[in-house]
Amino acid sequence: MVTRWLGAKRLFGSEVNLGDRLFRLSTAAFAMLIIVLLAAMALAMTRASAESISKFGLSFLTSSDWDPVQEKYGALPYVFGTVASSVLALAIAVPIALGISVFLSELSPAWTRNPLSFVVELLAAIPSVIFGLWGIFLLAPWLRESVQPALAENLGWFALFKGVPRGFGMLAAGIILAIMILPTIAAVSRDVMRAVPRAYREGALALGATRWETVRVAVLPHATPGIVGAVILGLGRALGETMAVTMVIGNRAQISASLFAPAATMASVIANEYTEASSDLYLAALSELGLLLFAVTIILNIAARLLVWRVSRLPGGARA
Amino acid sequence: MNAILQRRLAKDLLMRGACVAATVLALIPLVSVLFYIARSGIGGFSWHYLTSLPAPVGELGGGFGNALLGSLVLVGIASAIAVPMGVLAAVYLAEFGQNRLGTAARFAADVMAGVPSIAVGIFVYGVIVLAMRGFSAVAGGIALAILMLPTVVRTTEELIKLVPSSLREAGLALGVPKWRVILKVVVRTGAPGMATGVMLAVARAAGETAPLLFTAFGNRFWSTDLRQPIASLPVHIYTYAVSPYEDWHHQAWSAALVLLLSVLILNVGARIITRQGGELR
Repeated sequence: MVTRWLGAKRLFGSEVNLGDRLFRLSTAAFAMLIIVLLAAMALAMTRASAESISKFGLSFLTSSDWDPVQEKYGALPYVFGTVASSVLALAIAVPIALGISVFLSELSPAWTRNPLSFVVELLAAIPSVIFGLWGIFLLAPWLRESVQPALAENLGWFALFKGVPRGFGMLAAGIILAIMILPTIAAVSRDVMRAVPRAYREGALALGATRWETVRVAVLPHATPGIVGAVILGLGRALGETMAVTMVIGNRAQISASLFAPAATMASVIANEYTEASSDLYLAALSELGLLLFAVTIILNIAARLLVWRVSRLPGGARA
Repeated sequence: MNAILQRRLAKDLLMRGACVAATVLALIPLVSVLFYIARSGIGGFSWHYLTSLPAPVGELGGGFGNALLGSLVLVGIASAIAVPMGVLAAVYLAEFGQNRLGTAARFAADVMAGVPSIAVGIFVYGVIVLAMRGFSAVAGGIALAILMLPTVVRTTEELIKLVPSSLREAGLALGVPKWRVILKVVVRTGAPGMATGVMLAVARAAGETAPLLFTAFGNRFWSTDLRQPIASLPVHIYTYAVSPYEDWHHQAWSAALVLLLSVLILNVGARIITRQGGELR
């Protein structure tokens, strides 16, 4: 036997043959590579932004002075733009996504479930740049001519709806982001709701609860951690989304209370300026924005996965 | 019927109606995007677009043949890297992965799926573009490969797990070593399903724009040299959409139509294959 005269039996353990052991080790190397790749990304991006981190420290996040000519970089307007557009997107998308997931998981007749799920997933398949194109030529003009004038007329006393209707700006970015994160939130929450054991629903129905009451008392309380996870996953996508936002947000680094005002996000400034960055410090500052996005989305993803796992391990539920 | 019951039933109806309304509302942007891409894309469409180079700035005409070719090259490079790597990693996760390394790798793949594509672009810029002293098709392909990897790994793992253990046992009972059983029986049985995962990953990669802006960059000419910058459909759509020229806008819509059709065909195709492979269960 080959294994015998290579002395492999002693070297590799007793019950497997050499081929198996080598195969296992080589596939393990590829599994390991995924972890290494993630670590390498963290390391490489930290190194790329080292110069900016050491020069500006925390003032990078608190200063609004982004001036490549004088080599001063304060990212506050971009951080604001990213957070505000994502929060706006969540405010729009979460109620709608929850409605869809309750419908798909609890209410819809069996024959509509699969086609509808597929259509919602299709929305997730549309490339970002295509949403951007649609945003430039349809959404922004529609907002400028119909929605924003109406909002300004009726709710103009409210700071959110003041200003010149331009179409391009925070509102357009929030709406596009909402459309893009909707499928993520809806699909994950639907899976989480399906993972709630049937017996809970049957118990509520047997006590005479209506369908909605069943959802409210039997499904939602158990699904809540997972739904929070789904929302966090959506938030992670919204924070890092680049192209569609860059195309409709107006790209002006300013902090404004108005939803009509143009703004810029961390991702959009990277997309706009990375290839033009003329100095090492400029490039490092842009890389630091990327590193921040990377770090925040990783933390959000880890939190979300843990929450979703918690629900999908309930005994007796459908597999999430 | 007493008043309380009536109120409960009314609330039930209201909430059910709200859920249906939410579902319908979500379909509006989808229908709108598909409708306008189809209308504006077909409207000015010409086959000439698919085969010719962009016209010099300011001139009418031209096309995006080079961007189409570039996208194929980039996705080709990305698949050549991500598919073998992803499938082998998935084989480990499915067959041997009930341990700490397996859990960690699975977790890393899930987390990586959520990393913003622009961050991947910055990573590849720092590691590949700076090392090669310039934008290149290779760098773009690697960026797309990193974005494809998590999808390939997780879908392939799921599919390998679906292969009935009776098939494995039959192979092992014939005295075939485990590694040959996995490669010749398990992977081959799961292959149609894996194609699904690969198609979904390719569909995602084909539409990615942000990481290509500073890895593959762009190119206004035909190029198949992997060490040179290369054009791609998404970047082409972006450049033309934000340009001030009417003629370029028409071309952006047509390019978007081509991209969207490819992505939709891949998605629907993946769906059909899964349905056929579903008999495996």
